[in-house]
Amino acid sequence: MGEVKVLESGESGFATTRFEALLAWARKYSLFQYPFATACCGMEFFSVASSRYDIARFGAEAPRFSPRQADLLWVVGTISQRQAPVLKRIYEQMTDPKWVIAFGTCAACGGFYDNYTTVPGCDKLIPVDVYIPGCPPRPEAVFDALILLQEKISNGNREPATVPPRELEGLSQLRKKVNA
Amino acid sequence: MSQRVIERLQAQFGERIVQTSNFRGDDMALINPDSWVEVATFVKTDAECALTHFTDLTAVDYPEREPELPRFDVILCARSLEKRQRVILKTRIADGQSLPTLTKVWAGADWAEREVFDMFGIKFEGHPDLRRILLYEEFVGFPLRKDYPIDRTQPLVPYRELPGQVTKLAPFGQDEGQPWGRIEWHNRLEGGDRQVSPAIAVQVGQKRALSETSAGEGGAEAEE
Repeated sequence: MGEVKVLESGESGFATTRFEALLAWARKYSLFQYPFATACCGMEFFSVASSRYDIARFGAEAPRFSPRQADLLWVVGTISQRQAPVLKRIYEQMTDPKWVIAFGTCAACGGFYDNYTTVPGCDKLIPVDVYIPGCPPRPEAVFDALILLQEKISNGNREPATVPPRELEGLSQLRKKVNA
Repeated sequence: MSQRVIERLQAQFGERIVQTSNFRGDDMALINPDSWVEVATFVKTDAECALTHFTDLTAVDYPEREPELPRFDVILCARSLEKRQRVILKTRIADGQSLPTLTKVWAGADWAEREVFDMFGIKFEGHPDLRRILLYEEFVGFPLRKDYPIDRTQPLVPYRELPGQVTKLAPFGQDEGQPWGRIEWHNRLEGGDRQVSPAIAVQVGQKRALSETSAGEGGAEAEE
């Protein structure tokens, strides 16, 4: 919160800020998530959410299993054409403000499914805020996505964004060697 | 192992069992479609066969088979828990030809026949409720027929209009940002972007063309 100005420290101190900035700060650390887990990425989501990686550290503690109580929709996995109306309805049931994260390549573009069953990306149905590449993404990539989303919330930015790849160190060195 | 069933079938039906085979212990009998229900009833009720467990019913499409052979194979797998034997029964039917239902023999054939109808458009006469089971009513055609275009989708919810977006290509491009992404390894090392899938390569080309015509649009393609 760059907007906060501490005027007087100590017990009687107070700070000033803009209302929107305060609201955004509150929102970004109280994301109530609705996991729409449909496929194998769901396993990665469990891993992210449970104690080993622990998404609660980033202010997205409580999963809500009613879309009416949630403000962050995780689309985790392949969306089939049959599921499309369900996903759309769940998104519409969520109250504003709401955000969507496309978790994994299938949710982002259909992945390697290119046939009659699969929706080529959930952004064909609902607006997506952050895309996470990966099949499935590493938990670190998911945290990158959450942090990216929190930045976007605090900036009031609704442009879709993508989690940049974390390249393996070995790969970078190998690339340098090849390019040299 | 289930040779006994095949022998019983041949003794009972003779010429109507067109062909039999045994491939690595799996016994198969190809039967005439006219005897479909009769043979199924026999293998279930006969004390020697006792194939009481309906395992699966499916079909295979052979559009380019020799012209004298009909287009579809319908395949039934059944087994006997009591006698520890199993048999595959096949029959061949042409496009548009229907087959009598097996729901009166095994109740479990109900959904399997609906699935075959859904995917291949094979009708089962006398089926109590022959509707699509996996796909939706609005779907046109039968997707597991070989002549259904492999990448054709029929959206149930109309897609959103997105400017500058290419279908089936993620905003982060063809690369998933992972070592096991869809880009070829040695190409990636050399800084190239040759694709494994030609369909995606075409889409990458379209995306480039789009971004050239409208500069600054298209957003966040992952840069390496």
